[in-house]
Amino acid sequence: MRNREELRLVGSGGQGVILASVILAEAAILAGKNAAQSQSYGPEARGGACMAQAVISNGELGFPKVRIPSFLMALTDQSLEKYGKNLPEDCVILVDSSLEIPEWLAGRKYYQAPILQAAIDQVGKAQTANIVAVAVINKLLDIVPQDVLKEAVSARIPKGTEAANFKALEVGFNLL
Amino acid sequence: MGKKVLMQGNEACVMGAIAAGMRFFAGYPITPSTEIAEISAQELPKVGGRFLQMEDEISGAAAAIGASVAGVKAMTATSGPGFSLKQEHIGYAAEAEIPVVVVDVQRVGPSTGLPTSPAQGDLMQARWGTHGDHPAIVISPATVKETYLEAIRCFNLAEKYRTPVIFLMDEMVGHLREGIEIPEADEIEVIDRTVNKNLTDEQAYSIPEGKYAPEMAPFGEGLHYNISGLFHDETGFPRGTAQSYEKFMNRLLDKVEKNRDDIEKWEEKFMDDAEIAVVSFGGAARSAEEAVIEARKQGIKAGLFRPITVWPFPEKALEAVAKKVKRFLVVENNAGQMVIEVKAHAGNVPVDFLGRFNGSVVDPDEVLAKLKEEA
Repeated sequence: MRNREELRLVGSGGQGVILASVILAEAAILAGKNAAQSQSYGPEARGGACMAQAVISNGELGFPKVRIPSFLMALTDQSLEKYGKNLPEDCVILVDSSLEIPEWLAGRKYYQAPILQAAIDQVGKAQTANIVAVAVINKLLDIVPQDVLKEAVSARIPKGTEAANFKALEVGFNLL
Repeated sequence: MGKKVLMQGNEACVMGAIAAGMRFFAGYPITPSTEIAEISAQELPKVGGRFLQMEDEISGAAAAIGASVAGVKAMTATSGPGFSLKQEHIGYAAEAEIPVVVVDVQRVGPSTGLPTSPAQGDLMQARWGTHGDHPAIVISPATVKETYLEAIRCFNLAEKYRTPVIFLMDEMVGHLREGIEIPEADEIEVIDRTVNKNLTDEQAYSIPEGKYAPEMAPFGEGLHYNISGLFHDETGFPRGTAQSYEKFMNRLLDKVEKNRDDIEKWEEKFMDDAEIAVVSFGGAARSAEEAVIEARKQGIKAGLFRPITVWPFPEKALEAVAKKVKRFLVVENNAGQMVIEVKAHAGNVPVDFLGRFNGSVVDPDEVLAKLKEEA
């Protein structure tokens, strides 16, 4: 992992990007790093563009919100449109394979992964897309060892959903 | 200190309150304070406490006050619209001298406003929201860890001075998750009200020598005494004279005024040689601090003055700063509230203001730009 990561995860309300950011921040804390997590969303219960963020640092944390994203993941076209602007050159970008690639993105390096589809086809539960995403992100950025990520997932998912979510992690690790 | 865990500001508020001895919570869920009610409902039964969801905001405050009279440390929590509704009972608790903690996790107002977005527009309401002259203790945390520790101090001050204490959080801190090491029980100070079982009904509100608040007669254990929102004498009944009313009001106000050293709390960073003092509180202070750190890297002599107890405002401390600096810059997530207080105590030092009230936290870059402009 780079010394400081400022992660922005965006999608539609209900897709679980907030929980994904919480799990990544928690995993970082478990691994002895510093981390903060926050989110921005509207008054809608479902739908709408939702933005979650996590700041992870090997040293002092400092300002707890994302200022200059070092990573962006988008799960919907609408959220990519809203939160994908003004990304620095070295920002790692990950988009779900279902997204249309906008003109501004076509000219630069980015990663594509079928996160939403893999949750349906390979895990068998669309709701586990956020856990698939967590595994993909951890693989891309090398934030924590895989077992620590699994521990953080365990701590934050409802009891009884372990099997599906651990399967989602496995699917995510092998998606890129 | 315990193991480091990732905790949300609202959760830290509840866990700090429970560590301080909170055993009763009553309220009505409202964004962005809802997690305080949810987590209270989850955690209080584990320590023998009770959670009560009331039919509305007003009854939430009333139930917390009632529980406190019955001898239990109690809290209610809300956000802007609910804070407006609770004002009547905050005044009642001040007048009847009932310890209670009222949390306001601020969001953008007025009215329904922007329910999920951060703001600090309730600073003046927290001081003056209930009618009439009254003592006010208001504390505003800037980090998750500080939320935990200051929630404890809210209860301690409420118990010590028999007065409502307002915990003025904001969405930025309430919904932020950060790493926090939970202190062990022997690492924190917990203050309980003084209970006196031997008071007679003539002494229910009598003041012990050298104290500002009466001891508390245990309610429901034999002594019949009157608790009222009317101006009262030491019997608890409204049968005084103009002279005794003034004495009563002075005593209420003196709880805070004569104990400022005990109640006031602020933080100064990089202030030793600062030429520009940035004054900020709560969530906005995180942006202000970041800007000060960057300004220092660019050779600008900026410092941070951050009230933690926002009411009573740390006047003397700010006046001391005014003697050393060339300018003040007040940074708030509102249209200008603490700046009024800073101007009142800055003497001849110019006071600038940077406010944001569009649903976003003021950005460190904006603060930095303003500092560069002024340097």
